[in-house]
Amino acid sequence: MTDFATEPEPEDGAGTARQPVTPADASDAARLVSFGLQPKLAPARDADYTELLRRYRDEPAFARLADAVATGLGLIVLEVSTRTGMALAAAEDSVFAVRMGDYARRASADSADRFLHGLAHLACAAMAFPRPEDLADDGYIGRITVNGVDSFVRQACRKLAERAEAEGENTDPATDAPGLEAAWRVYTRRSATGATKDARRLAGSTTGIIAKAVAFLADSGFLQRTGDDAGGTYRTTARYQLQVRDMAGSAAMAELLELGVVPVSDGTASLLPPRDEDGLELAPDASLPFHS
Amino acid sequence: MLPLNVSVVTESATTTSTRAGTGAKGSPAPGPAADEGLARRLRALACTAPLHDLDARKANLAGEYSVYEMAELALAAIDQVTLQMDFDTGADHDQVVAKLLPRVAAQAPGRPAAEHERVARWVLENMINVGSVDRGFRAVYGTFGPDGVYVRRDYDFKLIEEVPGPGGSVYLRTTDEAVNVLVGALDTDVTSAQIAAEVKLEVLVSRGRLADAQLAAEQARYRTVQYAEALRRTLEATRRDVRAVDWLNAVPDMINEALDHVADRYRHENAILTNIRKARDEAASERGPDHKRRAAELVDIVKDCIRRHTQLQSRLLEAGPLFRAEQDRQAFAPPAARAGTDLYGQLLAPLLPLPLESATRVTDAFFARGAGLRTPGAVRLGDLTDLLLTPPAPREHLGAELPEPDLVATPDDSRFSEEQMEAATELLALPPDAPRRLSGLLAEARRRGDPDLPYLVALLAVHAASPPVGTAYRQGEEKLLFAVDDGTELDDPEFGGADLIVGTALLDAAGMAADRTEAA
Repeated sequence: MTDFATEPEPEDGAGTARQPVTPADASDAARLVSFGLQPKLAPARDADYTELLRRYRDEPAFARLADAVATGLGLIVLEVSTRTGMALAAAEDSVFAVRMGDYARRASADSADRFLHGLAHLACAAMAFPRPEDLADDGYIGRITVNGVDSFVRQACRKLAERAEAEGENTDPATDAPGLEAAWRVYTRRSATGATKDARRLAGSTTGIIAKAVAFLADSGFLQRTGDDAGGTYRTTARYQLQVRDMAGSAAMAELLELGVVPVSDGTASLLPPRDEDGLELAPDASLPFHS
Repeated sequence: MLPLNVSVVTESATTTSTRAGTGAKGSPAPGPAADEGLARRLRALACTAPLHDLDARKANLAGEYSVYEMAELALAAIDQVTLQMDFDTGADHDQVVAKLLPRVAAQAPGRPAAEHERVARWVLENMINVGSVDRGFRAVYGTFGPDGVYVRRDYDFKLIEEVPGPGGSVYLRTTDEAVNVLVGALDTDVTSAQIAAEVKLEVLVSRGRLADAQLAAEQARYRTVQYAEALRRTLEATRRDVRAVDWLNAVPDMINEALDHVADRYRHENAILTNIRKARDEAASERGPDHKRRAAELVDIVKDCIRRHTQLQSRLLEAGPLFRAEQDRQAFAPPAARAGTDLYGQLLAPLLPLPLESATRVTDAFFARGAGLRTPGAVRLGDLTDLLLTPPAPREHLGAELPEPDLVATPDDSRFSEEQMEAATELLALPPDAPRRLSGLLAEARRRGDPDLPYLVALLAVHAASPPVGTAYRQGEEKLLFAVDDGTELDDPEFGGADLIVGTALLDAAGMAADRTEAA
């Protein structure tokens, strides 16, 4: 730690004008990082935290020291401000990273469950920031409900089912190749909810999976629970917006591009212009009368 | 009920096999078009399989359950769930079981009630398929692809699905597959089928064939439920995302069309209602009680249809203001300085059609970067033992004690006492065939010596000049006090006005009760 503290100083070139970095500074920098590791702690509620954030802003040497501590621990600094506190994300191989197998035990054994748990996180973000502007606007607060996320994804899946049906495509997967089944079918097939003996939410149902995701995000300081309606209502925090915008969104997008899927966007909402047949898709069942 | 179902099932099974047979004879490797029809019929056939399966598996249950007709019970359960499906909720587990019990009990009257309930629950749980992860069914069938290769495919379907209700409760809904199996018409258009069913009903009623009419009316109701369910989904989707829909043309058009449709149906069903009522009244005089009962049931069914349409209409009317509010919020905000990722359009939507394996790579990437971080726990053994050895703190279950309410008796400030009221009632308890004048009643009241009594009698008489007939009718009263002014003036030292004729009218309580049941 002391090595870290003394090394950057000579590179700075202004060593003569400033105090050399002391072990106390290193300790303060590490303390700031440890505050950052408590995502539910609001900077405004803790005088020490606020003071350290002020130092980070005013003293470039201290800021670099804190960044170095975070990097050494395997953390990525997303933003340091009084609004978000020290917003940290775990690097891929860091001890702080969450692994899917630890997150949900079934997910490592069952490929469908693995997908559904990942999708739940993506769907929560998509529902929380429905328009690109919402994700870009620092003042935006998204609101989601567990049931809302479920029906939102179900709706998207239903559209795909209808399109497949309209094209006369047989989407039933081959029996011996479950990995080739279309992703939306996996979601559609899973039941939305289910009665259990102890009146708890059925963990394997889609609302159960989404509820797990939002509870986890709330623990990560990304969401705040506001009520129990519609399976649980939540609002987003500034940290969640940063995490989705700067980390998760781009990572998933890169993966998608690698798969050869190039989603075209001109920066405006892709949902906005209803294509000819999409205008009718607010009628989710082809049998509706106002189709004709 | 059972013989009918069995015949329907057998019929569809035979047609399937015959058509499949001729297809195979015509060409050894039928083209994809013929195969698609076959696949559709195979899927339809698969939907009935869980019902047959119940009867096949009942022998494996611990106990002697062969007396129960499981397929019949399952179909009855699907009926119950379909009829209870509304906009906001579906059917409740316990309610469905309770409604099944009479049928279960009728099949084995000698058995204990606990066993009946067990059977009902077993049937319902098997219709949900509680044992499987997806809570659904899977059937395997084979098709020839366009390249002539034979592929086995999985067909996944549900009959009764569980949906979240308000307050975290779980409700049951029948799926489209189940409704189609139940009504027996596959791949039909909702609207046209509904109109057809109603026209059929009208014809049947006008010809007096009530048994058929009831069947048709029930079918019309299933269609109505299916239609309402489809609209509910539509409104839910538009409420969620205002940008996904064309607010300029398509949505207003859709709402107008739907409103027109509801108005049209409403008019139509009211006409049917009038017709059936007429048929019912005729039936009562000419054909006997069975006809009357059946017609009354029919009235109930059509009334239910009307109720559902009214509900649909109120939902449609709410949609407009909701759209405008969302429009204000989303469209009139200043544009953001930088553009973010369109999470739905650029990530979620392109991801869903991908094969599961590829899609999982994307969701994994999102999860790994988006789930946040967790600080690994590091405990000292000393702390851990302390923690484990500390007894848990007892919890307060009952909460704080309620303060004793401080009650104050309110003074009795009534103008007349109970005794006076009793005396006046006794005075006014007139035989129905002998009405009296108010002057005579007042004179009799004065003779009793209480100076306030004449006032009370006069008040009650004036009150009776406009008797609450409607209330008495609803409450099933047998008689009612009334007062009529025939022009004679009241000659009295204390009171002025008309010398009312006060009497008791007898009401036809039995007739009213009959009318009430009909009105309800």
